This record gives sequence, structure tokens and C-alpha cells, in this order.
Amino acid sequence: MSAGKLVRRRVGDLAFKAFCWVVTALALVALAAILWSLLAQGFGGLNLEVFTKSTPAPGSPGGLANAIAGSIMMCVLAMVMAVTIGVLAGTWLAEYGGRSKYGAVVRFLNDVLLSAPSILVGLFVYEILVFPFHGFSGFAGSVALALLAVPVITRTTEDVLLLQASTLREAGVALGAPLSYVIRLILWRSARAGLLTGALLAFARISGETAPLLFTALNNQFFSLDLRHPTANLPVVIFNFALSAYDDWRKLAWAGALLIAATVLAVTIVARIVAQEQKRS
Amino acid sequence: MSDAALPAPGPKAGAPARRSAPRGALVGQVFEGLCFAAATTLLLSLGGIIGSLLIGGWPALKRFGFGFLFSATWNPVTDVYGAAGPIVGTLVTAALALAIALPVAGGVAFFLTELCPAPLRRPIGTAVELLAGIPSIVYGMWGLFVFAPLFAKYIQLPLMAAAKPGSLLETLTTGIPNGSGILPASIILAIMILPFMAATLRELLLTVPPAVRESAYGLGATTAEVVMSVTLPYVRAGAIGAVMLGLGRALGETMAVTFIIGNSHSFPKSLFDSGSTIASTIANEFTEATSPVHTAALIALGLVLFLITFTVLGIARLMLRRQGARL
Amino acid sequence: MLKILGAAFGAALIAGAATMAHAAGSISGAGATFPQPVYAKWAETYKAQTGTSLNYQAIGSGGGIKQIEASTVDFGASDKPLKPDDLAANGLAMFPTVVGGVVPVMNLPGIKPGQLKMTGANLADIYRGAIKKWNDPLLVAANPGVALPNLPITVVHRSDGSGTTFLFTTYLSMKAQHWATEVGANDSVSWPVGLGGKGNDGVAAFVKQTPGSIGYVEYAYAKQNAMTYALMQNKNGKFVSPDAKNFAAAAANAKWASAPGFYLLLLDQPGAEAWPITGATFILVHTKQTDAAKGKEVLSFFDWCYKNGDGAADQLDYVPLPPAVKDLIRKSWTKVVGPDGKPVYK
Repeated sequence: MSAGKLVRRRVGDLAFKAFCWVVTALALVALAAILWSLLAQGFGGLNLEVFTKSTPAPGSPGGLANAIAGSIMMCVLAMVMAVTIGVLAGTWLAEYGGRSKYGAVVRFLNDVLLSAPSILVGLFVYEILVFPFHGFSGFAGSVALALLAVPVITRTTEDVLLLQASTLREAGVALGAPLSYVIRLILWRSARAGLLTGALLAFARISGETAPLLFTALNNQFFSLDLRHPTANLPVVIFNFALSAYDDWRKLAWAGALLIAATVLAVTIVARIVAQEQKRS
Repeated sequence: MSDAALPAPGPKAGAPARRSAPRGALVGQVFEGLCFAAATTLLLSLGGIIGSLLIGGWPALKRFGFGFLFSATWNPVTDVYGAAGPIVGTLVTAALALAIALPVAGGVAFFLTELCPAPLRRPIGTAVELLAGIPSIVYGMWGLFVFAPLFAKYIQLPLMAAAKPGSLLETLTTGIPNGSGILPASIILAIMILPFMAATLRELLLTVPPAVRESAYGLGATTAEVVMSVTLPYVRAGAIGAVMLGLGRALGETMAVTFIIGNSHSFPKSLFDSGSTIASTIANEFTEATSPVHTAALIALGLVLFLITFTVLGIARLMLRRQGARL
Repeated sequence: MLKILGAAFGAALIAGAATMAHAAGSISGAGATFPQPVYAKWAETYKAQTGTSLNYQAIGSGGGIKQIEASTVDFGASDKPLKPDDLAANGLAMFPTVVGGVVPVMNLPGIKPGQLKMTGANLADIYRGAIKKWNDPLLVAANPGVALPNLPITVVHRSDGSGTTFLFTTYLSMKAQHWATEVGANDSVSWPVGLGGKGNDGVAAFVKQTPGSIGYVEYAYAKQNAMTYALMQNKNGKFVSPDAKNFAAAAANAKWASAPGFYLLLLDQPGAEAWPITGATFILVHTKQTDAAKGKEVLSFFDWCYKNGDGAADQLDYVPLPPAVKDLIRKSWTKVVGPDGKPVYK
């Protein structure tokens, strides 16, 4: 090989490596900048009152207790609904009908739903659960969030189940077990970590969604555990308070945003740890 | 997997199964039925969403016909609406965001798999994924209050000063130098879709068998050559899929974009000019819209966005099928 | 796995049922963003005193109108008043609660707040793009002795629909025929020039960050952000500054009594001290209430606000209505009847 070509290859290699280092540094700088803003603005607003008092009017003392409680309730209910439907649908795609035409259609439409703008999902749930019943409700908000979480769970369930070694299935079948038993008792159990990761990813996705809740759960100034009526939630509170003219409201908004980001980070770390455990075992 | 001892897979249960006990058979069928019902619920919800968009947007579609897609007039006072401005804005910002995010995501993924020192791998990987967890409204606010002034000062003003009158650079950079516009919005969008694409690309790169990479290194290839000629082609199909899903996210993002895109419904004439996207237009105007035609026009916009997403994903599927990858 | 899911489902259902005790006395309302802070304050104090929760959410005036028409809330709120015909067609009654002002703000190096004098016609020409620079002869003529810089004017408007825009564009339509025919008035219009900021905050941010820019915001934002504002020429020809007492002057001189259904725009009102871009915000309720007790609760709340809420309104930079207008409003409440046809209030 000529010396010139060698030099060119080396230079190209160096350029490539430099590019990778630089863009990674850029990405980390962007992250640091955003986190810095979030921490600088939000940390000062975090205190015990944030967790014990409800959202105040401007100038009054208060916190985010009702929004936190409402968000937790709606996310948990949404996750219960989404995991039920998502795991079953993913199982169907992986084990039963995935290779048929119908299965291909379901899989494609699942991806479409995954990319659906959340505001359109909110409008849809408004049409079916708010307008006919003449009232906003936390329950409608949960349904909207569930619709956003289901495609994530379906996709990860199908991917994870298909990764399970076929020897597992064959062993179960050879022992005479019906397919449903094989799935439930063997496959689900061995794919446990992956399923959990999928659920946690879906939770991370829905925890920060504002637009769908705006038309379904609305929001509530006061503390209420009643999901049949407008329910307070963090994303809408942040949305309202962040753009207001009052300093105490803006502080609470940033504190709320910090809480959401911290929760998602915690969830992501837990998901990673669980995935590592599974890989090891 | 199709075994005579099992119920036949697929919605049309075919050959009768010889099972151990009738009770087990019932449980099996109920379970399969439940799974099928869940999959169908997915289908029905999407159908419901599209249906409600069609019904809601029909008054506008009927009134403006196909011209709705091509007219750039958006006038709530005279109740004349045309989707061309938001459509162009959506496609342009998504394309620009992808053009920025893809190389960066690729660089990050390659960095994490080939170049990164082992102890730093997990922290940096988690850090990049953390970007995905930040609520999108924070991106919007950060974009407006922090990024925009910096962008104006260090990028917009120098570029505008350097552009000679009549040059291409000048056409691309005319606009108000305050950090708002198509390009800043696309950059914020790129930062948002970056973590997802980087994580997926990294997962894909990890599926390349070490033997393949090592044999390339063994032949004396440089890192760049291994990546370009061996690893990348190996994961091309999955990478395209990941890119398409990132694009889907970019098309539908609302909060991050609406704060700094400048929100004018006419065609953007330069990178620094204001534009609007479908999602930001709906978010901005839906709650205030009083006239039925205005509301219907916004819902029709939503339908258009859905169709765009549909088409993009359809193209991705077709490309994957050609590659022979698992659908 | 199924067992765990089943248990979780059951637990969620039971927990949900257990907490579904209906809250004692709760009213819901939705609509305009402009009065949200003061309604929130009033609701907070009202709950402390009477135990009734009034949950008001700002989803926009259009949203407020839509939701009260759909009866998903107990009352709607709108910055844009409905005309008497629309009220009758939807079976609604309307009344105002507080008053506020829209303030033009700008970013002009070297110009202090209140130094610049602006007329409605000039403002319209700026927003039309007819006046492109700050040292345009028209602006110089209106501001003798002020050193206006040779900067291009960057126009900032709202990207989202808003009652503030409705007030602003209606005022421009009143003051400039060109504006009325070319653009018109609505809570969202097709702006000839300029860029759109999201919310009052977005407009304020753009103006603060862009030298040579002009925008319009609610008074609270101009005050909180200490922005440079202009003096506006009112109907009497005087140039007045935007502050609470001038908004109150505009409201005091308004002829509420002769406005059917309280449809009245407080723009360009007569009076030496009246600020020309003032507006009230309105409440919408059904004239025929399906639940008389609920209707009574809503009106009792606003009665309480009229009696006790002035201090809170002042504190938050809103202007309370004159006492005479409040009495008029109370009289109009006889229109709101329950299923039995009797007025729900008093």
C-alpha cells in the first residue's frame, strides 16, 4: 500500500474519532446546560412545603402536593391499564398471530400510535370520555396516558419475548404444557426484566405529558383524590405557572419540572439496573 | 413452534389440538382470546383516533377541499384556512432536526461502543438517556430564555454580518436576529430526539457479533473503516427503523418548538425566519378557537399530521422489507 | 403474572371507590387566562371561609365558551364578550368581574418607560408594517424632543389565541380603517408582519431580547418585568400612562347600564385619565340551570367576590368594578333560574 494512501486512511480515522469525541462532548454540554437551568431555577423552590401543601394563588404560601398526588394516581392507573393491554397485545404478536397479515397490520399501527402526537390522543379521549359525560375527570386523563403508554409496552414486550430462546418454548411443550401455560409460567418469567424495562420506559414517557391532560383531566387547584372530577397534575401546573407573571408561581413550576426530571432519571437508572441483573443471571 | 400438542397459532385456529385436559384447553383459548382482544383494542383505539379526527375535521375539509393542503392563508377573522404553512414548517423542522441529530447520535453511539474508556461508558450512556427524561416544556423554556439569546449573539449575528449581499448565505440567513426561527427550533428539536436515537443505535451496534468486528480489525482496518464498511452496513436496516421512529417523534413535538419558532403561518423564507408546525399551531389555537370552522380546520391539521406520520412510517417499513429484516 | 395484575387491578378499583366520596360543595369553571390569578386567589380565600372549593382552570376564552356550552363546567369565563344574540342562542347569561389593561411595550436603547408617546393610528401602522423604522417621520412628529434611534421595528405579537389579542386588535380596528379592512379583530388574526411569542411571557421575552422591538402584554407582565411602556393617546386627546387608576377611570365612565347583556368593550372610553386599551373579563352561566343548588353556589361565590375581593384584585394588579356596576350585575341574576323557573339566587 502506498504511503499516501496510508496517511489518508490514518487522517480519516483521526477525523472520525475526533468527530465522535466532539459530538459526544456537545451532547453532554447541551445536557449540562439544560440541567443547570433546571437545577438553578428549581432547586431553590424545593422544600418540605412543596410536598405538603396544595397549589396556591399568587402571593400565598403553597406547594405541589395536590399535583403530585394527582399525577401519581393517574400515572399508576394508566400504567395498570397500559401494562394489561400492552403485555397481552405484545404476547399475541410474538406468540400467536404475529406472522399473519393481521399481525403485520397491528404491528404497523402500533408504531403509528407510538409516534402519534399526544395532543391528538387527548382530543380523542375528550370526545369519548369528557364531552358525553359532561365533565373533565382524572379517569379520562388516565385513559389518555394509557393510550400513549400501550404502544411502548407492546413493542418492548414483543421484542423481548422474541429474544427468548426457542429452547424454552420447546422444553415447555415437550413436557406437555399448553401454549398459554408456557407463555405465562415460562416465557413471561424469563423475560421479566425486559417487560419491567418496557413498563418503566412507558412510565417515563407519560410522566411529562401535558397536552393530553389539558383536555381530559384539566387540573384542580385543590387537593382531591376523586378521579371522577378534574384532577390536579404536575405537567399542567408547570405549564400554567411557568408562563405566569408571578415569581412564586414560576419557582413552583421549575421545582415541579425538576421533580419530574428526577423521577424519570430514577426510573431510568432502576430500569438499567434491572436489565443488567437479568443479563447476568 | 407449531406443534401438534399445541393449539395452532394465528387468529384462524386451524387443526384441532390434542390436549392433556379439557380445562387446560379452555384456559388456553381464553388466554389466546384475551391476547387477541388486546391486540384488537390497539387497532380500535387508533381507528377511533383517526375516526374522530375525520369527523371533527370534516367541516373544514368539505369547505376548502384539496386546496386546504396547498393554501398558505390562515385567517381566523375571515375564517379562511390553509395548511401549507404549517405543513412546510413541520417537514422542514423535522428534516433539519434529523439532519442534525443523526450524525450526532451516530457519533455518540460509535463513541460509546468503540472509543469510550470502559469506566466512563455507563455514566455517559445514562447521561445521554437523561436528556430524554426532561419534560418538553423545559426544553421550550430553556430554548427561549437561555439558548435563543446565545444563538443570536454567537451564531446569527456573525453569520448575518459575514453574508455578502446577494449571496446564498444571505438568503439563508435573513431574519430578525433574536434567536427565534426555523433553525433554532430545529436545533432544540434535534436535542430532544437525540437521546432516543443514540440509545437505539447503540443497542444496534452492540448486536454486531464481535467476531465480525475483530476480523476487520485483524485485517488492519482503522476504526473509521471498521465502522463505515463493516458495522454500519450490518445494522443499516435497524438503523433506518430507529431513524424513522425518531422522525415520528420530531414531527409531533409541540412544546419545545412553539416557544421559539416564531409562529407565523406563511412559508419560511430563510433559516432564521419564523414558521410554524402543525403540532404547535394546534396547541396554540385549539383552546381559544370559537368558530366551528376554526376548530374543524385545526382538527383537519391534526389529521394531516397523522397522515404524514403514517406515510413516513410506511416508507420505513418498505425499506426494511427490502432489506429483508424482521418486520 | 396474571395473578399480580389481577390483584393490582382490584386494588386500584377498590382504592378508587374508597376515595370517591363526593367533595362537599365544589364548583368548576374554565376559560380565560387573563383573570386566572385573581380567581385562584378568590377561590383560595373563599374555601378557607366557606369550605366550598371553586376550581378554575385557564384553558383559554374559546375553551371556556366551548365548555360551558357543552356543560362540562359550572361556569365559563371569557375575555371576549359574547354578543346578546349568541348569548340567547346558547341560553347563557353574562356578567363582568374585573378589569385590566393591555400595554404596548418596547425595547429601545436610551428610551425610558413613559417617555414615548403613541397614538392608536401609529400603533396600527407599525403593526401593519407601514411604519418600519423607529425614526419614521410619523413617530418623530408625535414625539418632539425624543431622540428616536434609527433601528428597524421588530413587531412581536401573540402566537396563541388570546383575549389580549382580541382587545388589542379591536382597538387597532377602531383607530385605523386600514387595519379594520386588512386584518380585522379576533383573538387570533393573520398578522401582516412580525413574530409570535407564546403567551404574554413569550411576547415579553422576545421584546426584552430584541433591541428595536415592540409588543403588547397584559399590565401585570409589563409591571413585573419592568418593561419600557409607551403613553397612549386617549379619546380626550391626552397621553396617559398605563396603571390601575387609569384602567379604573376607563371602567368608571363606561355606560354599563345601557349595554344589553353587559356586552361592552372598554376601548377608547371617554375621560381625561382613561387608558384606551382596557377590557373587562366575563363570566358565562346557563340561564336555565339543571341543578338549582349548583347555580346558587356559583352566583353566591361571585357575590362574595364583589363584596370581599377588591383588595385581592388590587394586589394582583387587577381593577375591581365600580359599586354601581356590581349592583346592576346582581339585578341581572334574576335571569338565572332553576328547573322550577324560580331565580336561583336570593
